[in-house]
Amino acid sequence: MGTIDINGKSVETDEEGYLVNLNDWDEAIGGELAKSENVAMTDQHWEVVNFLREYYNEFQIAPAVRVLTKAIGKKLGPEKGNSQYLYELFPYGPAKQACKIAGLPKPTGCI
Amino acid sequence: MTTKKFMFVNRKAPYGTIYALESLEVVLIGAAFEQDVSMAFIDDGVYQLKKGHQTKGIEMKAFEKTYGALEDYDVTKLYVDEESLKVRGLTADDLCVPVETMSRAAIGKLMAEQDVLLSF
Amino acid sequence: MLNIVNKSPLDRTALQACIDAATGGAILLIEDGVYAATRGNSFEAKLKAAQGTFKLFALGPDIEARGFGDRVMDGVTVVDYAGFVDLVAEHKNCQSWL
Repeated sequence: MGTIDINGKSVETDEEGYLVNLNDWDEAIGGELAKSENVAMTDQHWEVVNFLREYYNEFQIAPAVRVLTKAIGKKLGPEKGNSQYLYELFPYGPAKQACKIAGLPKPTGCI
Repeated sequence: MTTKKFMFVNRKAPYGTIYALESLEVVLIGAAFEQDVSMAFIDDGVYQLKKGHQTKGIEMKAFEKTYGALEDYDVTKLYVDEESLKVRGLTADDLCVPVETMSRAAIGKLMAEQDVLLSF
Repeated sequence: MLNIVNKSPLDRTALQACIDAATGGAILLIEDGVYAATRGNSFEAKLKAAQGTFKLFALGPDIEARGFGDRVMDGVTVVDYAGFVDLVAEHKNCQSWL
């Protein structure tokens, strides 16, 4: 268990650094989570993070990487819907790292 | 990896026990490994798919929405026992995802074709 | 006596046992027990018949969670958690049919 402190707000994280409470998330927290993953956020990174948040909102799960890739391809085009693009953005696993930055729980099927 | 036929047999109502949610999570994990996955809903299991879960009052996650993601996981074979619907006053229109309704005997036949059956 | 039933009548015999054994008072359906109070289910007639002996209640948040907020059968009073507490307080004793 740990905390992230930013802008006078203190939010809880679990032993792996994932947010305990999904509703604690905002962009500043996302930025801090990115720092903990050594990811320098760009617009492309945010696009994936926001996609994941929308997906979670709709289906209540963080998608497995294969599903994420396919769904991103459908929405943002094939040049983004491939694992090479996503691994360049999130080298330690797009589902795992991007989910953490998005404040979501660890993806189902990511064991 | 060889692909096996997995069927998840769901016979429990959601929320009262953890079975329905556990089944769904295992389905999603199994599908992530690209197996041939189907789900059967029998008896109180058909309640899992009832449209319009509002779980705020009981402070649990409304995982009804997650059945909508099954298609993304290539889980499209959802079989529902029509007799179970009927005795609960339900029809396929009351369900949150498109399913194939069939007789219990037809589901039994599909069960016989599986490599692995997981019961929840 | 307040009888509390939390099992689906189409899966378990708890509600049937309660109706058969209890001498009267109230039945409060909670958790999966609320399915008994939904219109069109095959236990509906038996629950209706029990109305002569018991006052029937069902817990609203559990009905809503299961997507049956608009399908509660007539003769069943929907209560919230505060109503649950009131029912327990109003009755001399309480039996949970687990």
